[in-house]
Amino acid sequence: MLGVGIIKGLAETGRNFIGSYFDRDRLVTVEYPEQRVPLRENFRQFPFLVHDGQDAAIGLRCVACQICEKECPPQCIYIEKSKDKKPDHLGKPQFFPAVFNIDISVCMSCQICVEVCPFDAIKMDQDFELSTADRFGGLLLGKTQLARPNTHFQRIHPREAAEIDTRRADERQKAEAKAKADAEAKAKAAAAAAAGTAAATTTAAVDAAKPVGARPAPTTVPGPASARALPGAGAGTVPAAPSEPGGQV
Amino acid sequence: MAANVDQIFVHLMQMMVDRVPDAVAPWVRAAVGVGAVLGLFGLLFGLTTVCERKGIARMQNRLGPNRVGPFGFLQFAADGIKSLTKEDVVPRSADRVVHYLAPLALLTPVVLTFLVLPFGRNMVLMHVDTGLLFFFAAGASTELAVFMAGWSSRNKYSLLGAMRAIAQMISYELPFILSTVGVVMIAGTLSTVGIVESQAARPGEWLARWNLFTPWGLAAFLLFLIAAFAEANRSPFDLPEGESEIVAGYFIEYSGFKFALFFMAEYLGMFASSGMAVTLFLGGWTAPVAALDWIPSWLWFFGKLLALIALFIWVRGTTPRLRMDQLMDFAWKFMLPLALLILPVVAVWHYLGGGWRGWLFCTPVLAAAYVLLGRALVGRRRIQRRVYRYAGEGVAS
Ligand code: SF4
Ligand code: SF4
Repeated sequence: MLGVGIIKGLAETGRNFIGSYFDRDRLVTVEYPEQRVPLRENFRQFPFLVHDGQDAAIGLRCVACQICEKECPPQCIYIEKSKDKKPDHLGKPQFFPAVFNIDISVCMSCQICVEVCPFDAIKMDQDFELSTADRFGGLLLGKTQLARPNTHFQRIHPREAAEIDTRRADERQKAEAKAKADAEAKAKAAAAAAAGTAAATTTAAVDAAKPVGARPAPTTVPGPASARALPGAGAGTVPAAPSEPGGQV
Repeated sequence: MAANVDQIFVHLMQMMVDRVPDAVAPWVRAAVGVGAVLGLFGLLFGLTTVCERKGIARMQNRLGPNRVGPFGFLQFAADGIKSLTKEDVVPRSADRVVHYLAPLALLTPVVLTFLVLPFGRNMVLMHVDTGLLFFFAAGASTELAVFMAGWSSRNKYSLLGAMRAIAQMISYELPFILSTVGVVMIAGTLSTVGIVESQAARPGEWLARWNLFTPWGLAAFLLFLIAAFAEANRSPFDLPEGESEIVAGYFIEYSGFKFALFFMAEYLGMFASSGMAVTLFLGGWTAPVAALDWIPSWLWFFGKLLALIALFIWVRGTTPRLRMDQLMDFAWKFMLPLALLILPVVAVWHYLGGGWRGWLFCTPVLAAAYVLLGRALVGRRRIQRRVYRYAGEGVAS
């Protein structure tokens, strides 16, 4: 009959109206600034640069290889490579970005930069409250604004961060072991060479005695050295070091 | 004491008028009265928008506005300031004069209709013998303003909206007015004050003589209310401003405070219709039972008014929008015949002198008419399999 539907509808909305005052479960609204829904782990907004340790100037993982700059579809990354080098976590000397800008007004959050980075240096952040009164300068993020510690990454993407951390620890261990092995091999070779020279040239050339005396110096250093202080690192930081005995002779 | 409270506003007005010279007394009386009504209904408009948003939100299990002021009740102030400070954009090809005048031409007649509403005992701004006629005459001229707005904007959506609005308002004007004729027949007067007084309880009676308490009065009240929904362009009859189809209908090209004026006119129109429904069918400022007469008359009026406004909001939160042909069918095939039928029924009721004999005759007639007309309106259509003439199984390819 005409009108029954209206009555039924009115009853339904009336039930909702009264019910929503007594039953909190009916209200699904999250009152945003005070209440927040926990973000999903795979939620992503804009990229940030990961750095190890507390100091971004030292620990930045980025080596300024500029792959991400080339791959970024809207071309919103701008990198300037540094002139000098500094050691990375494996102790190898690497470039670092002197300038690293991302224009997040252009960035489309595609995550391609993250996919292509071979150094796990750039990751997607979850900070979405980025509104600013200055739409040009305020949305152009520089290196210092982009840098976030690894602990931040561990917090927002725990699973991925754990995986990367173990991988990097493994790499470091391997590098350390290799460095140790190298050092031992070198020491052995040096010892053998020293013994050989001593045995072969009993006439003992005066200039041959010099390298023997010079050699033990590099072989003793790697013994107590940490992962960071590797032969390569020594070579990188101390340009005078590559005074190989052979070259000098 | 009770009588004093009942007449407090009348006394206040009298005191004010007594203090000024006789020459300006009528002007003072008019200015104070109109100012009070405008201020009161302006405030009511603001609060209604907030309550409507909150109420409909609750009907949809949402929270609604709850930020500005306590429980969000100052939201309307924020909205008002916003609309005041907004840029007023007028389309370059619009007819500037008409475009400018339309909101004023809409608001003025709506405000005029408040003149004849009796808000309480001895509380009516303009006591005229043909108050009801004045109400409808003033109310009907809003159609002109709507069309002015739609035509002058030079926008096809606004024109479509205006066309819909005119078609709808004229169609519903008939049942709107016809449903009140029964009341006039019984009361024997067109004066709104007289109509209210005729519904008060006679000495010695415990129940008031509200028109709602009669079968024809109930039917006429429902018709009047439905027509009032349509006149106010409110859901389910909000085709003229159907947001999803023609964006905002006839006031699409209005911005800033002019938009707010349209909005306000719409709500004030709703208040006026509700006030008239209260006056005609719910006994105006009279108490339903004689025992409750000690409650001030203006409280009764505004209580009933607020109840009707709540009903308006409730219906808005419930019903979807009608289609144009359904709208027209409903007006011409259902409401108009029923409104016409009410007239002889009222005549018979009057002849029978009401009472149980009146009930015995009127109720079955009206119920039968309702069922039959309703069946003719909605029961006719049977859903059948659609047959495609040039495609489908029956056609050889
Ligand atoms: S997320 Fe995509 S658009 Fe944004 S910086 Fe990375 S590659 Fe460029
Ligand atoms: S963020 Fe990664 S890909 Fe981009 S320059 Fe740095 S190391 Fe290379």
